Amino acid sequence: MKVLLGAAALCAFAALGAHAETSVKILRPESNSPGLKQFWTDVIAEYEAANPEVDVEIEYFASEAYKTKLPTMLQSDARPDLIYSWAGLTLADQAEAGLVQDISGALDKEYLDSFSPSALAAFSKDSAIYGLPMEARVVVFFANQSLTDKAGVDLAAIKTWDDFLAAVGKLKEAGITPLVAGGKDKWPLHFYYSYLALREGGPEGIAAAMEDGGDGFRSAPFISAGERFKQLIDMDPFQPGVLSTAQEQSNTMFADNKAAFMLMGDWAYSQTIGVEQGKLLDGSLRIMPFPSLGEGKGDPAATLGGVNGFAVTTGAPPEAIDFLKFAINAEHQREGARRALYVPVMQGAGDAIEVPFTKEVNAMLEAAPSHQIFLDQFLGASVGGTINDISSDLVSGDVTPEDAAERIQEAWDFR
Amino acid sequence: MAAVNTHAEADSAIATPRRKILSGPLGAALILLPPALVLFTLFVIYPLAGSGLYAFYDWNGYGTPTDFVGFENFERMMGHSAFQQSVVNSLQVIAVSLIVQLPLALLLALLIYRRTPENTAFRLIFFLPYILAEIAAGLIWSFIMDGNFGVVADITRALGVDPYFITSDRSWAFTAVLVVIVWKYFGFHMMIYIAALQGVPKDMIEAARIEGASRLGVIRHVQIPMIKPAIIVSVFFSVIGALQVFDVVIPLTNGGPANSSHTIVTYLYTFGLARLKIGYGSAIGVVLFIAAVLVAVFYQRLFMRKPA
Repeated sequence: MKVLLGAAALCAFAALGAHAETSVKILRPESNSPGLKQFWTDVIAEYEAANPEVDVEIEYFASEAYKTKLPTMLQSDARPDLIYSWAGLTLADQAEAGLVQDISGALDKEYLDSFSPSALAAFSKDSAIYGLPMEARVVVFFANQSLTDKAGVDLAAIKTWDDFLAAVGKLKEAGITPLVAGGKDKWPLHFYYSYLALREGGPEGIAAAMEDGGDGFRSAPFISAGERFKQLIDMDPFQPGVLSTAQEQSNTMFADNKAAFMLMGDWAYSQTIGVEQGKLLDGSLRIMPFPSLGEGKGDPAATLGGVNGFAVTTGAPPEAIDFLKFAINAEHQREGARRALYVPVMQGAGDAIEVPFTKEVNAMLEAAPSHQIFLDQFLGASVGGTINDISSDLVSGDVTPEDAAERIQEAWDFR
Repeated sequence: MAAVNTHAEADSAIATPRRKILSGPLGAALILLPPALVLFTLFVIYPLAGSGLYAFYDWNGYGTPTDFVGFENFERMMGHSAFQQSVVNSLQVIAVSLIVQLPLALLLALLIYRRTPENTAFRLIFFLPYILAEIAAGLIWSFIMDGNFGVVADITRALGVDPYFITSDRSWAFTAVLVVIVWKYFGFHMMIYIAALQGVPKDMIEAARIEGASRLGVIRHVQIPMIKPAIIVSVFFSVIGALQVFDVVIPLTNGGPANSSHTIVTYLYTFGLARLKIGYGSAIGVVLFIAAVLVAVFYQRLFMRKPA
């Protein structure tokens, strides 16, 4: 029956395609969330039914291939109209090269005002807007309460980094692996370094490092982030073989009760370890915000994560912008939230979230004074890659906190 | 040349002038050269020239390169510890190929070159790794070497020792890569040797035997000298192949831990392409190209000359 339906749908698409006059091509990285793919299929079908003259195609590329192929594709005739973007310096580079277009003229104030300002800001520069945000991502500690209880660790009492280190110690004593991470992919480890830098200096510290003059990334927040990360690493908190574990493997290990904590983006809930809702870890999954570093440091409510969306390429037809506005309207934001695919970026759409996990993430984001984009995206591919490198090198003990900061600065000077 | 001319003149007596041009050696060149030349120019010369140019720019791949940096890309590369490591690693691949892989291939070839049903079966078994896609081979080995649920895990468990993760151990990760490379490619070289060994005239071996040569003596003084051309070719393939190792490394270690298991090509991919430093990547490519050309030219000069 499914096959029949599928065939019927294909025929319907083919029929629509035959009549379509304009086509809108979307390119995005592969997602291992079937829900997200279904969402896109639904939105596209809905749009094409209302606009039979437009044919919308979506294509998925493996994540790494997406990033490396994009520059070439953007400068070729095979250029897609809408491209997935993590904002940050990569989008700024694309804008500078004139490969994405300013769409502010096609958007009215009421629509723009419906977005959370910080999310919209990620896709804007001065008065120009190069795309629209769609989803917010937040990095949190996934915690397994049954394991922490076993070790006598009170999750609610972990407020500071020292509390956290003490909890790690207790877990070790109880013979429980405290942390699991996918170190082979490196970026899961950069969450620790980035969060610590954010907690040390706040978003101002990161902005200051990017300014010319001054100490740059050799500044105190980055060196002490490395030192604090080192404190943790010295306790040998990760699963054995952390540097050869792929990210998907680590998600599975966490879901399999193999470790007490995992620092990971909220997407892991729905994409990899999101078995039947609520049943995950038999209900003992908890969320813990990244601990604070005490008085006088960055705001402990600030979050690290992503603001992801779509940029509109130069030469894309007006229909592409129209479709983007359709895919990111209040109704679809609520629908995506209801299906627990992402935390929406439109104000008020978070109310539609039904899954407790996503609800909690949304509340954290709404309470955050600032939301820092993942440093490996925010600082562009080259500097970002270096941050991932040094995070993994800190874990393997191949670099000191000072040298780590130095290497970031070097990459920044030569970006 | 004279013979060809006579032939063309003879032809012209019966053919139109147009046919004359097309049927001579010039005609053959005119017809046969352009397709190859166009493809070669388009896919080899043009990108090569492009890389040569980009290597002197700091360029992220967007727009046209404008930031001319001279030799800075090359200087950075030479000073980068991960690059130095990748060169050492690539040299290790060459060394292991020559010292372990080729002798192993030769030994097996000597054991199974005769045409018997058992030998055919073994040949197939030894050749199988070469047929397997590199990515698949890398993935399979990364599972085998996994300390949690791989074959390595079974061994450590049986011995009652702590789980061991070879691919996250800095000092052994590249050894793991080398093992996989030897396993993956020895079958190919073995096949080259088998084909050559089968071409060695039987009567020569028999003659040596009758003269009282031992089994080893036959191998050393008859078979190996007779298949020398095959060995020269296989060494060449293995050196050039070693410089190009890429797709086994990516799934196996991804260059890690701490960038200790990159080859020159995975280094190029990681630090040039994936990080959008196209200028830097081009500079690495240029260095790799020069190395490969030097190897090819010197090797041809030294070993692949036709006997005078």
